[in-house]
Amino acid sequence: MSDVVLETKDLVKHFKGEIRAVDGVDLQLRRGETLGVVGESGCGKSTLAKLLVGLEKPTSGAVAVRGQDMTRLKGGELRRARRNIQMVLQDPYTSLNPRMTVGDIVGEPFEIHSEVVPKGKRQQAVQDLLDTVGLNPDHINRYPHQFSGGQRQRIGIARALALKPEIIVCDEPVSALDVSIQAQVINLLERLQDDFGLSYIFIAHDLSVVRHISDRVAVMYLGKIVEQGHDVAIYDQPTHPYTQALLSAVPVPDPRLRGHRKQIVLEGDVPSPANPPSGCRFRTRCWKAQHVCSEQEPLLQIRERSPHPSACHFAEINNPLRGR
Amino acid sequence: MSDPTLPATIDTRPRSLSGDAWDDLRHSKIFWVSSGLALLILLMAFFPTLFTSANPADCTLSRQYAGPSGGALFGFDYQGCDVFARTIHGAGNSLWVGLLATLLAGVIGLFFGMAAGYFGGAVDAILSRGIDIVLGIPFLLGAVVFSGRLSGAGDDGVTAVTLTLGLLTWTSAARVMRSSVVAAKGQDYVAAARMLGASPARLMFRHILPNAFAPFIVVMALLLGANIAAEATLSFLGVGLKGDAISWGVQIAEAQKHARVAPAPLIWPSTFLAATVLAFIMLGDAVRDAFDPKLR
Amino acid sequence: MTDIKAQLDVLPGLDPRAPLLQVNDLHVEFRTRDGVAKAVNGASFWLNPGETLAILGESGCGKSVTAQAIMGILETPPGHITRGEIRYRGVDLLKVREAERRRVRANRVAMIFQDALSALNPVYTVGFQLAELFRVHRGASRADAKSRAIELLDQVRIPAAKSRINDYPHQFSGGMRQRVMIAMALALDPEVLIADEPTTALDVTVQAQIMGLLAELQRQRNMGLILITHDMGVVADVADRISVMYAGRIVEEAPVYDIYARPAHPYTRALLESIPRLDLKGQQLTAIRGLPPALTAIPAGCAFHPRCGYAKEPCRQDPAPPAYAVAPRRTARCHFFREVLGE
Repeated sequence: MSDVVLETKDLVKHFKGEIRAVDGVDLQLRRGETLGVVGESGCGKSTLAKLLVGLEKPTSGAVAVRGQDMTRLKGGELRRARRNIQMVLQDPYTSLNPRMTVGDIVGEPFEIHSEVVPKGKRQQAVQDLLDTVGLNPDHINRYPHQFSGGQRQRIGIARALALKPEIIVCDEPVSALDVSIQAQVINLLERLQDDFGLSYIFIAHDLSVVRHISDRVAVMYLGKIVEQGHDVAIYDQPTHPYTQALLSAVPVPDPRLRGHRKQIVLEGDVPSPANPPSGCRFRTRCWKAQHVCSEQEPLLQIRERSPHPSACHFAEINNPLRGR
Repeated sequence: MSDPTLPATIDTRPRSLSGDAWDDLRHSKIFWVSSGLALLILLMAFFPTLFTSANPADCTLSRQYAGPSGGALFGFDYQGCDVFARTIHGAGNSLWVGLLATLLAGVIGLFFGMAAGYFGGAVDAILSRGIDIVLGIPFLLGAVVFSGRLSGAGDDGVTAVTLTLGLLTWTSAARVMRSSVVAAKGQDYVAAARMLGASPARLMFRHILPNAFAPFIVVMALLLGANIAAEATLSFLGVGLKGDAISWGVQIAEAQKHARVAPAPLIWPSTFLAATVLAFIMLGDAVRDAFDPKLR
Repeated sequence: MTDIKAQLDVLPGLDPRAPLLQVNDLHVEFRTRDGVAKAVNGASFWLNPGETLAILGESGCGKSVTAQAIMGILETPPGHITRGEIRYRGVDLLKVREAERRRVRANRVAMIFQDALSALNPVYTVGFQLAELFRVHRGASRADAKSRAIELLDQVRIPAAKSRINDYPHQFSGGMRQRVMIAMALALDPEVLIADEPTTALDVTVQAQIMGLLAELQRQRNMGLILITHDMGVVADVADRISVMYAGRIVEEAPVYDIYARPAHPYTRALLESIPRLDLKGQQLTAIRGLPPALTAIPAGCAFHPRCGYAKEPCRQDPAPPAYAVAPRRTARCHFFREVLGE
């Protein structure tokens, strides 16, 4: 297990004492691996991303990068540790300072961590980075608004790469982009992973994109991981009812499947994280729910009928896409 | 690898946001009219002799209410002073007081607004209540009391009025600064810099301030207009500039007593005052429109 | 109710047997200081009762502007319709008087938007906004309007409709708000519903609910539905026919099965190939190179040629490719559609 680069232990984040955005998350990320995190809005996936990169302080629990607990580090040590875990943000229009040139934006990591690249070589380093992400190195004097959404996302990726991190947390990196541009950015992320041996946490709501890029997938609901496993396990043999409903709801770009898919339409909305249901948090929308679900919280574990960890008392393989 | 994704149509010159705003301004008639007017008034304030060679203090009762003649385009007032010369020279004091008071208000507002917006929490709560308290002072009442207290016997009241206006009007600047710092602080690019481990000073001066400054500049322009008007008001009420000081407010105050007999000494300084205030307010509006991020 | 119908029937030239909605050669441009942005450049399509037409395209392709032009809610200036017809039952809506246009807009053609929160008025209760429609357009009494409002909220399956009509828009969740907006759009029994990215802001499980609801209401009312979207999954699920838009032109128009099985335009083909697919995991996605053109500088000839793998000399020259008939009820604006089809 020495190749674990990132690990969280019982990570908890409560806002204002009561909103349980992230409520006990255990994750492991290995070198060169992509862990996809999927879930709907309000499930806590973005808060999880912020906790991982240190933008939020956890209420309790640990985030360990290469075995070192980030939440206990201070000052210079924390700054050095931060170099190893970077993030690509969702919105390419707000994640770049509109008053800085592209060169300044991508070069800022070098200014903050001045020990990484000596001053005289920084411009060259920035131009190399732009080249790496497929942008013209001569454009360092331009401003963000002169670029398209996809190009801006490349700038954000270049900034994340600058300090040569081992881990990059991608928070919905392509959901603001058009389909044809999405593919360019996903291809870039995959190429960079191969070239630099990067590990990704890939957070998204688009299940087909996550499936394409991930080695393992974690499904989140109301602050907890409800099911976790290899991509094939999650997509082809989901055992948690929520995962099954989520997968069945994704429209498939093939009209021949129309009317042949067994679509599980969930009733109602996600409950408020300020006041989650007792026991299993999904039970209020679950068709399998029984008395035990309200009393006993199902743990995320391998079960009799679930070969991979699933947090459901009645976990059972059921692939909604094979229901024709 | 060259850039395969850049279309030929995108402008190839580096253009900053302020560059784009300038581009907008260049096409705005309001901007040109108001800044032309503002420039004219500034010239008047700093180089009055360019416009008139007459001495504004040279008054002879025998010329009382005499009509326009020679250099005295606007005729003469009750005291037999040259109205044109006094109006031109009055621009100096009016503008000077307005500028200094606005600058003072700006410095206070910038400091408190930035602190409240950046630190939030208790600092914000205390400063914001402080702003509320100052806002709660009825402006005229406060100004009358303050400038009365501050001015010594026999001085012309410039320092007193400047301090009074500065201390009473910084709140709007502070509020605007606070809210734009709060807005900028929540932006993703600030989060990105924090994630890199940027220091608070870098966050503030590199990322937040440059993006929060435009609304502040606009408020400054509007405040300048308002302060010039306020100085005139105070002088008119007799608690502003006094004695031998020449300003539009003093002129209006004196002329209105005899307005029925001779309207010209009242009309001219009033017109100049209105035009000045309007010029700065329009200038502020034009700049605000150009910097409005919704149009970008 | 009857007098409204009567009012509409006197719409000059109204022909009940004419197609429900027909758009011919629509051109829309935006005149800005930076030049003329040609948002729509000759869009043509038709819609029958009970049918779902999807207008598919990426941001900036002109699909929303087309919808706004049909609804008559285009901001003018800067937007201008420079050419074309929009015929509702044979009547060219671009030629009728504004008062009649408004009547058609309120009663016959309705629209729902992506952002339900900003489309509903925050200071009135949902019930009031719905009842208002019946009172203004149908002359219903206060009590009658209220009961019809409750009925409608029931139809869009808002639980406890009776008590919820007194709630304000912000008290509803995203999915529920979208239901309220659908209720408002359907209040006056329109024959055409235009849905502009109705589920883009919603989570997938909620999206499934809303699309299901729309399909059901459409069936009940035999309504024509124009679905404007960029999501090829949603389109595959609900559309009968698809018009693919690129740089203001409809580059391909076909029944849904045909287009997914065998696209005839390189752009459609590239779009379909760029979706991540199960069987291609671990491989590179097929990305479309480059960017869509700026609408102020659309390339000569076929607007897609700079990004197209099939492009040859004729594609780079004006005029743009005509709408070739690929098959019955199927057109593509590509000189080389046979190659694309793989014939």
